[in-house]
Amino acid sequence: MYRETEIIKDFSTDGNGDMIINVGPQHPATHGVLHLVITLNGETIKKIEPHLGYIHRSIEKMCESLTFRQFIYVTSRMDYLSAHINNHACVLCVEQGMEVEIPPRAQVIRVLMDELTRIASHELWWGAMAMDLGAFTPFFHAFREREAINDIMEETCGARLTMNYNVPGGVVNDLHPNFQKRVKEFLELYKRKVHEYDELLTENVIFINRMKGVGVLSAADAISYGCSGPVARGSGVSCDVRKIYPYEIYDQLAFDEVLETDGDSLARYKVRVKEMNQSIKIIEQLIDNIPEGDFVAKTKNVLKLPKGEYYQRVETARGELGVYIISEGSTMPYRIKFRSPGFSNLSVLDKIARGGKIADLIAMMGTLDLVIPDIDR
Amino acid sequence: MSVKKYIGDAWKGAASLLKGMRRTGYYFTHHKEIITQQYPDNRNELDLPERFKGEVVMPHNENNEHRCTGCQVCELVCPNGSIKVIFKNDLMPDGKKKKAIDKLVYHLDMCTMCNLCVENCPSDAIKMAQTFEHSVFDRNKLKKVLNKPDSKIMDGVE
Amino acid sequence: MWSFSEIANNLHQWLTGQFNDTWTLIIEMVLAGLAVISLFAVLGLVLVLMERKVSAWMQVRLGPNRVGPKGMFQTLADTVKLMIKEGVTPANADKLMFNLAPFLAIIVAMLLLAPIAFALNFQLWDINIGIFYIAAISSLSVISILMAGWASNNKYSLLGAIRSGAQMVSYELSAGLSILTIVVLVGDLKISSIVASQANGWWIFKGHIPVIIAFLTFIVAATAETNRAPFDMAEAESELTAGFHTEYSGMKFALFFLAEYVNVFIVCSIGAILFLGGPMPLHIGNWEGFNHVMDYIPSSVWFFGKTFFLIFLIMWVRWTFPRLRIDQLLNLEWKYLLPISMINLLLVTAIAILKWHF
Repeated sequence: MYRETEIIKDFSTDGNGDMIINVGPQHPATHGVLHLVITLNGETIKKIEPHLGYIHRSIEKMCESLTFRQFIYVTSRMDYLSAHINNHACVLCVEQGMEVEIPPRAQVIRVLMDELTRIASHELWWGAMAMDLGAFTPFFHAFREREAINDIMEETCGARLTMNYNVPGGVVNDLHPNFQKRVKEFLELYKRKVHEYDELLTENVIFINRMKGVGVLSAADAISYGCSGPVARGSGVSCDVRKIYPYEIYDQLAFDEVLETDGDSLARYKVRVKEMNQSIKIIEQLIDNIPEGDFVAKTKNVLKLPKGEYYQRVETARGELGVYIISEGSTMPYRIKFRSPGFSNLSVLDKIARGGKIADLIAMMGTLDLVIPDIDR
Repeated sequence: MSVKKYIGDAWKGAASLLKGMRRTGYYFTHHKEIITQQYPDNRNELDLPERFKGEVVMPHNENNEHRCTGCQVCELVCPNGSIKVIFKNDLMPDGKKKKAIDKLVYHLDMCTMCNLCVENCPSDAIKMAQTFEHSVFDRNKLKKVLNKPDSKIMDGVE
Repeated sequence: MWSFSEIANNLHQWLTGQFNDTWTLIIEMVLAGLAVISLFAVLGLVLVLMERKVSAWMQVRLGPNRVGPKGMFQTLADTVKLMIKEGVTPANADKLMFNLAPFLAIIVAMLLLAPIAFALNFQLWDINIGIFYIAAISSLSVISILMAGWASNNKYSLLGAIRSGAQMVSYELSAGLSILTIVVLVGDLKISSIVASQANGWWIFKGHIPVIIAFLTFIVAATAETNRAPFDMAEAESELTAGFHTEYSGMKFALFFLAEYVNVFIVCSIGAILFLGGPMPLHIGNWEGFNHVMDYIPSSVWFFGKTFFLIFLIMWVRWTFPRLRIDQLLNLEWKYLLPISMINLLLVTAIAILKWHF
């Protein structure tokens, strides 16, 4: 009756009881096609090996065959949750070489959209992370607010996720007449509902126990692995590009860089939740003070960047996105390199997950907020 | 750990759980908070914003005339090559031949709705439509000819 | 007045009038079996629909609303779908154990239905060790999960099964101890006498705070024993894809699914019988008029009302909380629930000896 199945053979060949298990590429907790090869001893994680490349579309190579106006739309497909901020980084980089004055209205519009995107991205992260932990209800509650942002985007930019709203010199078209009204409605909705986030997760004793002291990332490790964004700020590393290397009008805005020092999953969670409130603060400052004027600067139809190298970094919802362009003076970039935040953030997973349980790994992946197309590009 | 702290922690934990249950209980009893849209049923009430990028179309007027001059800007500017302009020679009344578009082929299956063609069109011949139900069973059906058969260019559009 | 016990008695008298004793017994057994199977089917359909509606409303959604009026036939359609699906057995699985496991799960659930009092004087089998029988049989359900997890030849399944084993073994203790509190108060293991002892008030009202603590412990342990969130370690879909039933499909999966819901029903009905009087109407001491009014509501309505209230409670918990980690789950049992229920049992024993309860 008894048959020796392969699992038993696995145990017997190794001798030490280790089990190698593939999480992904199709796994409900990896939110995409990330493939983790995990060495387990019982429930305890001994080693994690991320295998990438399942969603590699060679975006960097693709950009080399597109003009400076065309390549921007491709970058929406990298970190699709903060598509607008990706585009923003690219146009800023192109504008460096164009020597063009960006109208103040365009700057404010871009920043407003950036912050709305950031809230939408964090909102999705919040729901998805709760789902990873086994709580399904927060997901739908988070989507209710995210939907309001998506509707605003749809009305002004014409698309809900991959907006393509930025062009070199400004934005594609002016704000929709309803924009201010809709944003204020959203702010009111958000403030009415934000306490639910605390009630459902932040104060929940099960949630705190699941997150506290799990996946501790020290500040030194965060720096040496090149972490950025909420992951590094959860470890107490001040790295908000909006503060350190301000672009657009961020230096004129009053907002705080959220820092937590614990470095565990709970700290990363708190950073993101507080960041949503900071974004709300920025939107509140700007929404009634949008300057009049042009929304796009006059630029040449055929864009040619002078020969040289250009680098621009912005703060996306996941961390620091760098765009590096080498131009040979033609209409197309000679080489483009993206420094994506997700890749560096993923690389600490092995470091912080060792010794934890499988359930901890899921919580850690949730708080690292991985978007796989951003890692693979 | 003192007994007082133990009991206090247990009580606080239970209170936080009850708080969450009160929230879900609230939504269980308040059905007017439900936000579901019953999509195929509300097709008639769906109000898509006029800027929504669904697909590229070419508006024609009542005389079956469009505004496309065949300048090929859309074809050049498209990052994916989803627009192809095919020409023909029109015989003008005065006997001269004039270059005009025969077909403006649009591959919806390749389009990413980046809006570059519409923005760059010098004669406003194409625009974005608000349709979004594009699924078909045959991929060839996504290859569309934007100008209607026997359509002509509008007078005065150069 | 209309009641289940009268129908059963009339049927029995009619059968004894028609056939001899042996045939009567056989026919009654067949009828009981059919009744249990149809109850299973109905429970599966109703509970799944209830779960989907409860979760939808808590999640600001509508829930199933397409098949039939207000989506009432949704689960029926799902069942038909699951029946016509192919039940794949993986090539490298231990085929006998793999195919046996879902049936074992359902058999355990069926055995547990036997001593449950659906109405006053209406039980399949009023065995004198009723509550002990339930505790003993319910611990068998872990075997089917372990079998399924082991035989699937899948590492996720194995992890889920081992988790489930650890969980069941530990939570059996506090469930058993909280059941014991009532047994101590009643002094009998027989279900019918436990129900009868609550004729002048339910134990949750009569037994002071210790019984309330026992009730809460029982609800927690019952949730854990039926592998439901926040204790769904064995499935934990975000960690182990689907846990022990990752490799199951079609009707074999449906049997696991059905067994889970029937188990929920059973533990809730046991909770209702022990703490909330089961089919006993709400009686308060010597208030003759009030008690008389309450007697007009059929006992079966009381039983199903209380059971479904407890089921709703468990669903409410499931759709609110995140999942615990396996070590926290075991901590909760061994460091909190077990000591609490042990001390609680001592208190209840003292109450029972001193006759402090009402």
